[in-house]
Amino acid sequence: MNRRGFLGAGLAASLLGGAAGRAEERTPPLRGTGSLGLIVERATGSVLVIETMQRISLGRIEGLGDLSHASIVFSPCERYAYVFGRDGGLTKLDLLEMRIEKRIVQGGNSIGGAISDDGRLVAVSNYEPGGIKVFDAGTLTEVASIPAIGANGLASKTVGLVDLPGRRFVYSLYDAGEIWIAEFGESGAPVVTKFLNVGLLPYDGNVTSDARHYLAGLFGEDGFVHLDLWSANPKVERVLQGYNAGRGKIPVYKMPHLEGWGQTANDLILPAAGQHEALVLDLETMREKKRIPVHGQPIFCVARPDGREVWLNFGHPQNDTVQIIDVPTLEVVHSFAPGPAVLHLEFTPRGHEVWISVRDADRVDVMDVRRRTKLAEIPAQKPSGIFLAARAHRLGS
Amino acid sequence: MRFSVATFAAALLASIVGAAGQSSREKLVSLVREDCGSCHGLTLKGGLGSSLLPGALANKDAGTLTAIILDGVPGTPMPPWRGLISPEDARWIAENLKEGFPK
Repeated sequence: MNRRGFLGAGLAASLLGGAAGRAEERTPPLRGTGSLGLIVERATGSVLVIETMQRISLGRIEGLGDLSHASIVFSPCERYAYVFGRDGGLTKLDLLEMRIEKRIVQGGNSIGGAISDDGRLVAVSNYEPGGIKVFDAGTLTEVASIPAIGANGLASKTVGLVDLPGRRFVYSLYDAGEIWIAEFGESGAPVVTKFLNVGLLPYDGNVTSDARHYLAGLFGEDGFVHLDLWSANPKVERVLQGYNAGRGKIPVYKMPHLEGWGQTANDLILPAAGQHEALVLDLETMREKKRIPVHGQPIFCVARPDGREVWLNFGHPQNDTVQIIDVPTLEVVHSFAPGPAVLHLEFTPRGHEVWISVRDADRVDVMDVRRRTKLAEIPAQKPSGIFLAARAHRLGS
Repeated sequence: MRFSVATFAAALLASIVGAAGQSSREKLVSLVREDCGSCHGLTLKGGLGSSLLPGALANKDAGTLTAIILDGVPGTPMPPWRGLISPEDARWIAENLKEGFPK
């Protein structure tokens, strides 16, 4: 266990201590959480609580179940984190006390979640049984369950679940090829709006930070599907179609992810599935602007928070490398190899530093973004996703 | 003397080969759990990809599974691993998936 300072001691007490004297020892010092975050240690079912100003790990919280492909959202107060595990576990963590506040197993096989704009509803996307479940963010009691039965009558896995303003969630049905929006009033059953025939095998989706453009990547056809959510009657529209046409599709050993995607002032920079390319979509015209050759199959294309650069990692077997795309020129301007199996990267809220998980080196690197130099290494057990508490205030995270 | 040197050399060679076999097996286990696991789940119970637990594979023989690993499944995201995984290793993975894959 990584013990540092008061918080670390508090965690140790909470994990090891009995009831007597525990509350006293565990009392955290008065502090904010804006510089805190979590690193998923997927093999061990634990997370590290990190502090980004000191670039340290404060401690580890264990007992979160199967965290393969886990993701995390934060309460508006940034004190609580909701961890979505693969085993259907939904765990609410207290970042200050570094302990599990509440944990439920809500499904059999899950893939991510979202928190509503008012911070009162947490939605979980499920593979098995397919659909979403929505919980009260305070108590984790179930508010609604919406099975994903497509127009073809078959149960579907749900992917690409993100929040929209007005207590709404949007997500895609992988097997059915549909996009659904669930809207929650103050009471009563949610209202579900369905968009049918959006394309084959939507594998992930995300929304732009203005809540205008929802896009899902289509694995079964080369392209993306787009919904303009500012429109009074959003229409299903294919974009970036046929990027594999006329050339072989390179086998995809890992699905690209659209979470934390490459949104810049005018464009979206997106991973191609089956080409070693990043695709640039012009958000004004919704047309392809450029294909940028890159090192491998892109997994994450993450914009620096100011949108000046987009940083990419790659799928197996090119996953030791990170590349940087310069947005004004749309060229790769820098490549480096942090180490074996770079799984994720997360910028600090204003983008001065970036945290990069290097799974097979059991390490997370902290880098100065402008100098592109390493500032610190944080030991971690098979680290995957990195989630900073500032995500609490970002739409669609 | 010459005999014992040869014996020693053979023993040494065997131990090197044995060690390499062991480490490449560890690499295979890690490949399956970590990289196949990105779709099939770290525990192989399934994700976007199907479950690879013995119960889910009962109706497929090891030869069929070996072919799926090497050549993929057209029309699905399962890619062909030929070129990254040898036919022998694919067979070993297939047989062990049916048995219950090592940790």
